[in-house]
Amino acid sequence: MLLRHTPTEIKERSALSINPAKTCQPIGAMYAGLGIHGCLPHSHGSQGCCAYHRSTLTRHYKEPVSAATSSFTEGASVFGGQANLLQAIDNIFTVYEPEVIAVHTTCLSETIGDDLKQIVDKAQKEGKIPTGKNVVYASTPSYVGSHVTGFSNMVKGTVNVLAESTGKKNHKVNIIPGWVEPSDMEELKRICAMVGVPIIMLPDTSGVLNGPMTGTYEMFPKGGTTVAEIKSTGDSMGTLALGEWCSADAARTLDTKFKVPCRVLDIPIGIKATDRFVDALRIAGGTSVPETVAFERGQMLDMMADYHQYFFGKKVALVGDPDQLIAMTEFLLTLDMKPVHIVTGTPGKKFEARITELCKEKGYEPNVRAHGDMFLLHQWMKNDPVDLIMGNSYCKYIARDEDLPFVRFGFPILDRPGHQYFASVGYRGGMRLMEKMLGVLLDRKDRDSPEETFELVL
Amino acid sequence: MAVEKKKKVLSAEAVKEELLKKYPPKVARKRDKQIHITGEEDSSEIMANVRTIPGIITMRGCTYAGCKGVILGPTRDIVNITHGPIGCGFYSWLTRRNQTKAPSATDENFMPYAFSTDMQDEDIIFGGEKKLEQACLEAYELFKPKAMAIFATCPVGLIGDDVHAVARKMKEKLGINVFAFSCEGYKGVSQSAGHHIANNQIFTHVVGENDTVKMGEYKINVLGEYNIGGDAFEIERILEKCGITMVSTFSGNSTYEQFATAHTADLNTVMCHRSINYVAEMMETKYGIPWIKINFIGAEATAKSLRKIAQYFGDKKLIDRVEEVIAEEMPQVQAVLDEVFPFTKGKTAMLFVGGSRAHHYQELFNEMGMRTLSAGYEFGHRDDYEGRHVIPDIKVDADSRNIEELEVTPDTARFSPRKSVEQLMRLEAEGLKFKDYEGMMPEMDKGSIVIDDLNQYEADKLVELMKPDIFCAGIKEKFSIQKMGVPMKQLHSYDYGGPYAGFKGACNFYKEIKRMVTSKVWSGMKAPWEENPELSATYVWE
Ligand code: SF4
Ligand code: SF4
Repeated sequence: MLLRHTPTEIKERSALSINPAKTCQPIGAMYAGLGIHGCLPHSHGSQGCCAYHRSTLTRHYKEPVSAATSSFTEGASVFGGQANLLQAIDNIFTVYEPEVIAVHTTCLSETIGDDLKQIVDKAQKEGKIPTGKNVVYASTPSYVGSHVTGFSNMVKGTVNVLAESTGKKNHKVNIIPGWVEPSDMEELKRICAMVGVPIIMLPDTSGVLNGPMTGTYEMFPKGGTTVAEIKSTGDSMGTLALGEWCSADAARTLDTKFKVPCRVLDIPIGIKATDRFVDALRIAGGTSVPETVAFERGQMLDMMADYHQYFFGKKVALVGDPDQLIAMTEFLLTLDMKPVHIVTGTPGKKFEARITELCKEKGYEPNVRAHGDMFLLHQWMKNDPVDLIMGNSYCKYIARDEDLPFVRFGFPILDRPGHQYFASVGYRGGMRLMEKMLGVLLDRKDRDSPEETFELVL
Repeated sequence: MAVEKKKKVLSAEAVKEELLKKYPPKVARKRDKQIHITGEEDSSEIMANVRTIPGIITMRGCTYAGCKGVILGPTRDIVNITHGPIGCGFYSWLTRRNQTKAPSATDENFMPYAFSTDMQDEDIIFGGEKKLEQACLEAYELFKPKAMAIFATCPVGLIGDDVHAVARKMKEKLGINVFAFSCEGYKGVSQSAGHHIANNQIFTHVVGENDTVKMGEYKINVLGEYNIGGDAFEIERILEKCGITMVSTFSGNSTYEQFATAHTADLNTVMCHRSINYVAEMMETKYGIPWIKINFIGAEATAKSLRKIAQYFGDKKLIDRVEEVIAEEMPQVQAVLDEVFPFTKGKTAMLFVGGSRAHHYQELFNEMGMRTLSAGYEFGHRDDYEGRHVIPDIKVDADSRNIEELEVTPDTARFSPRKSVEQLMRLEAEGLKFKDYEGMMPEMDKGSIVIDDLNQYEADKLVELMKPDIFCAGIKEKFSIQKMGVPMKQLHSYDYGGPYAGFKGACNFYKEIKRMVTSKVWSGMKAPWEENPELSATYVWE
């Protein structure tokens, strides 16, 4: 037993977090920054945070993740980090020549109270930002929210600094996809193209964090939302924000500042959420849904029907980020599975309410916790065992101890590839998720079947 | 098939010039002193252990990472609580591949757990000491460990939470050993400061706590070995086979008890000089245990290190046994080497890791007939490059002054010199060097490029200009190097592989490197239509 010290008996803890189900804001801000074309994220604080964030993103995406740091030492911590950031901006534009620098704070620079706006303005005044280049920024203290909050803050910060209204509409729809994989962003773009709606996707890490190998290293690959596009988001017809936690703030900012109307939807994971997305897209774009999309939907439905008996009634433990868990819970429920233990580390009571409401339709009350941890999840599982666990790579310890089928889902996935290339969103993504779940459930059935019932056909 | 065009060979000086060209003048001046070309009779200085330049994409991590991740990370029975917002604790959770093997399924193993106080807004505003106390209580309630350690992160230092006071209070209240580390990330300039802070506290609060002497004739500690990918298991296997008893390791596969009894060993052997040389020094002063530098990376290096240990004890029985073990192990190593050598001979490597690995692994490459073109440390000090003789000349700057130096005196009850002055002198005369480390540079070929605190820009440039056959560094560097078509081996974490230490480890490494330098993957960079893009007049098969 790897987690041999986890007792069945649950005691409320008020201070100690064990095996967290979240991490800190800046890593989300860094990921969002990477979705801007030609952008170098910059971590304003001591270099350790930046090293940790880069390492974790690199381990997850298996791609180069460049980001600079203000490299605070004790002096900067006492006297403030302004000098470090000014120097950093200068060095970055000289050495790496990015189009944009996306600066986020860390606990340290937040605690000493560095004001990013003021420092960036100063850099501008002192001519440290070359003409035509940009610095966007967001405040991302880790003692508030989680990595999800950091992502949301950086997307919001980006539109705050760059978006503008020219008074002339661009006839596009903004899609704020939330913290999903580059593969998911790619898939969303494909769906939009099929429905015939011109879009601006922000951020867009496809092509950046799932790029090809060519024999040369491009620090700034082709992908990412361009500055021109981001500017233009203020002229769009509307915004579809996918995920309340990840995307709503930026969308609302555009609404307030430039009267770009927005709708906040769930991340399109599973058939219902995808339906709602496609429907909203068609309405926003004033187009109709083509046969190709309906065909894919029908394929997904077909697969759901064909394999329903293997999913039916299976109890699931889920851990991850709020927007993803909400959509995933709904998806599992449509498969007649039973997500019974659901934990996110990101705070927010709304999460618990939404999950409870979803399960209520099915007539049961799940164990759900926002700002919970994986230790609690594991304890719940010991008290009420499940058939399947879904979550990030850290779940593998629980899965091994409890001898459970396990599907990797969410962030970070450190020990398996695929998520960068194969989407989970949309109808095709739903089919891939079903394939994965079915795979581990039937592998388990095969493993446990006595020889006389070990059979070939489904 | 198109033959890959080799870059024309640039001189080391020209490469250096290329690296510096793009920097603003001030940055270039500083980097100039951190990039060194080895020469004949080399006695010039390299600048090391200085601040990273803001905005430069460094490979370094922080003090907390060095303290919690590197030194305390591999210890299985101490509950390590990170006091701070969630991130720091999260990132140091199982990410260094320190393996451990508890004797039974019920024995303590807290390594798969991450403990954090997950500080929130109000804790930053009103102070987090109360929450930390409560967290200690909750941890004790749940796990009843024999010891707990508390780690301070950046914001904790700033708001002034006294982690040491909390530790003292908890120690008294719980009746177990509780100690704390002021290892805020901003202290010092790299992980190195964190190693120092960690080691100092372990030395102060744990070493010497238990006088139980382990059975065994030849008792040693292995310092600066972290059991990445199971290295320590292989080292233990070899030592045991030789009849040498390991009292403690600092800190691969280690336990609280090992640290507590470390002072009962008769010899300290130091692997990673950077991370722990001062502990060896302090143990010598306080308890009278001499130390030697050893290296178990590389089969020859392992044999040499075993011989050194045997020579120290000077016992014929041990000397013979060591020779037997080497004789027994070497043929297998040689067999693998014979197999890989034709493929690896003449190939080139670059090595940028840590504070000793970038040196140690050169031995393995040498054994394979490979030359290290360029190497450097992420957080080494000048002595790691130039040898210990420069220690008295190293200027202590403001950042290093923050790191506490312990005043150590002989322990009144426990000090006992393991060897008399005459014995030590005799051994020295026979060639066994105590308290000595020659550093990386003297062992490298002339004209090699040694770079301290390499950054991403320089790494990519080096690869572009010199096209090594393999590049070794960490995860952050891995994929940009590979995009250029050069295989990249992680030497912090071994890419899920290992062990690479000892005899079996050497075999693993030889095979791994052969796999990498002979792989066909790297020759597939261009598709056929890119090799020959011009379409001739015919569009159909004819
Ligand atoms: S929690 Fe704060 S100090 Fe820790 S890694 Fe995250 S930003 Fe850095
Ligand atoms: S310098 Fe290297 S061997 Fe030493 S602690 Fe660091 S990674 Fe380990």
